[in-house]
Amino acid sequence: MILRKPSVLIFLSALALVTIVTTLMAQAGLVSTSFVKLLGKTLCLAIAALAMDLVWGFTGILSLGHFAFFGIGGYAIGMWLMWDRTENIVMPSLTGGPLPPTPFQIEEAIGTQIFGVVGSSDVPWLWSLAGSLPLQLAAAVLVPGLIALIFGWLAFRSRVTGVYLSILTQAGTLALSLWLFQNDSGLRGNNGLSGLQNIPGLRDVAQSVVSLWFLWASAIALALAYLIAAWTVSGRFGSVLRGIRDDEARVRFLGYEVEHYKLAVFTGTAMVTGLAGALYYPQAGIVNPAEIAPIASIYLAVWVAIGGRGRLYGAVIGAAVVSLASSWFTGGGAPAINLGFYVIKWTDWWLVLLGFSFVLVTLFAPKGLGGLVDLWTGRRARGIGPLGPDQGSLRGKEEVA
Amino acid sequence: MSALLEVSGVSKSFDGFKAIDNLSFSIGEVELRAVIGPNGAGKTTFMDLVTGKTRPDSGTIRYGSLSRSLTGMSEARIAQAGIGRKFQKPTVFEDQTVVENLVMALKSPRNPFSVLIRRPPQRDRAATLAEQIGLDDALDRRAGELSHGQKQWLEIGMLLAQEPRVLLVDEPAAGMTTAEREKTTQMLVDAARTRAVVVIEHDMDFVRRLNCRVTVLHEGCVLAEGPLDHVCADPRVIDVYLGRDDDA
Repeated sequence: MILRKPSVLIFLSALALVTIVTTLMAQAGLVSTSFVKLLGKTLCLAIAALAMDLVWGFTGILSLGHFAFFGIGGYAIGMWLMWDRTENIVMPSLTGGPLPPTPFQIEEAIGTQIFGVVGSSDVPWLWSLAGSLPLQLAAAVLVPGLIALIFGWLAFRSRVTGVYLSILTQAGTLALSLWLFQNDSGLRGNNGLSGLQNIPGLRDVAQSVVSLWFLWASAIALALAYLIAAWTVSGRFGSVLRGIRDDEARVRFLGYEVEHYKLAVFTGTAMVTGLAGALYYPQAGIVNPAEIAPIASIYLAVWVAIGGRGRLYGAVIGAAVVSLASSWFTGGGAPAINLGFYVIKWTDWWLVLLGFSFVLVTLFAPKGLGGLVDLWTGRRARGIGPLGPDQGSLRGKEEVA
Repeated sequence: MSALLEVSGVSKSFDGFKAIDNLSFSIGEVELRAVIGPNGAGKTTFMDLVTGKTRPDSGTIRYGSLSRSLTGMSEARIAQAGIGRKFQKPTVFEDQTVVENLVMALKSPRNPFSVLIRRPPQRDRAATLAEQIGLDDALDRRAGELSHGQKQWLEIGMLLAQEPRVLLVDEPAAGMTTAEREKTTQMLVDAARTRAVVVIEHDMDFVRRLNCRVTVLHEGCVLAEGPLDHVCADPRVIDVYLGRDDDA
């Protein structure tokens, strides 16, 4: 049913094409491992953007905290990655003695390795499940879900909407990142978790190969996320979401508990975003509190706005274009412009450029880059157009009748 | 005839202003009723109270054969219980098609889980309704493209789709052409054959055409009730409402 929609088919084909071509080029040595990683990471960011589009573009909740869920997913997977790798490192030295090491000795050795940077060797309670990949993967999904559920229940029940809700989500995100910055948070303070690109058990596999595996995993995850999102916004459920965005009081009088719908979408997208984070950070190699800072969540909203909210491919286009452009400009890819009296270095000026594009898109292309697709297909924009009581096209005909 | 909806002794004030003052009102299972009154008489507040948008300061609102109390129920629960409301200005979802609007309103489970998972085909049910409201050739047009009158009908269609037992309709004829008014009158009279319909209206000609009992509100309470001619002859009504040269 969903697979019959042209936009879904085109999107999945394009995604498959990009993934296959990149794989072939990587194996032929035409693109670098870091480019493969960049692409894999971008696909994960696109999943987060999809989630943001569901929350904001379809349901009308401008959450400025969704990237925190992404970071939490990264922390959850990062804990297992660090723990397991450190265990592999300390075990040889411990087993050298006459007696096999006790679990306590192992834990202390791992603790010293991991928490030495924050001047501690105790293993915080947060890490009690860190030795298990399935449990940490579950945490990457369930912790964001639980936080979103509690936050959402409190906020939506009190009918906090609009800009007030956005401010609340920002405040929550700020509180979380400030807590993570502390050395005694148990998550290594501003050092964050590092060395995440070294996957335990895959030490003998080259990064050039691991990066391709992650690219494929990210592509498959994005494809699934896209299908689920497209299915969610189709049919009556999608109608109700768009109804809530446009006139939530009216939806209530139709008998729908608006708060339940908002909570379902807020929580579901938080869980998907957490999972995307768990796929992203092993490719990035490091997760630290700066990733969770409020600005990251604002970027997420900017991607969706530039891509075009209220359409799923718009979110993906926005995330891909902006994050790839950002890497190009800040990674030294873009040549500096010498004006004679001043040299524009893009590492400094990229944010200015991004800011300008955001303003320009908001003013002149409110439908975003995704709106360009309309020009191509000739489809009339949803929700924007010469509508309204006095411009209905049947008005003239009616008066005659 | 037993009352389907019974409002008794309800008061509501906003910042000291008594919008509704000890109002009592009841309507039977199958009945068409017009509520008239000058601006500020509390007509819209009355609807807000019944549909759960505002809570009364005192008094009771009971509904159904079990006389369930509606005070304290959420808007969505009241709507699910069978009370439908039509707003003064047409509020349809302009961004969505006629079918989508109608399907959203169709009587069916409302909780997010079953709406997401269970997806029975409902286009036929929606199409049948669209025929009743004269929109069967506009099924896949977006509601925003419809004329003012068509939007009003779409909204009435959405109300019928909910299969409510009580229909509260706020100024349905506002901004309509004569032809559109006649059609709207017919829709409301038809709807009242099987349920209770309360029409709030300013327009006396429209009320006359409905040919039903009339309740006159004034300063938050009922001033008079009965057939239109009887009510119009009431000196108090003439004094506060009809005698004045306002938009009635």
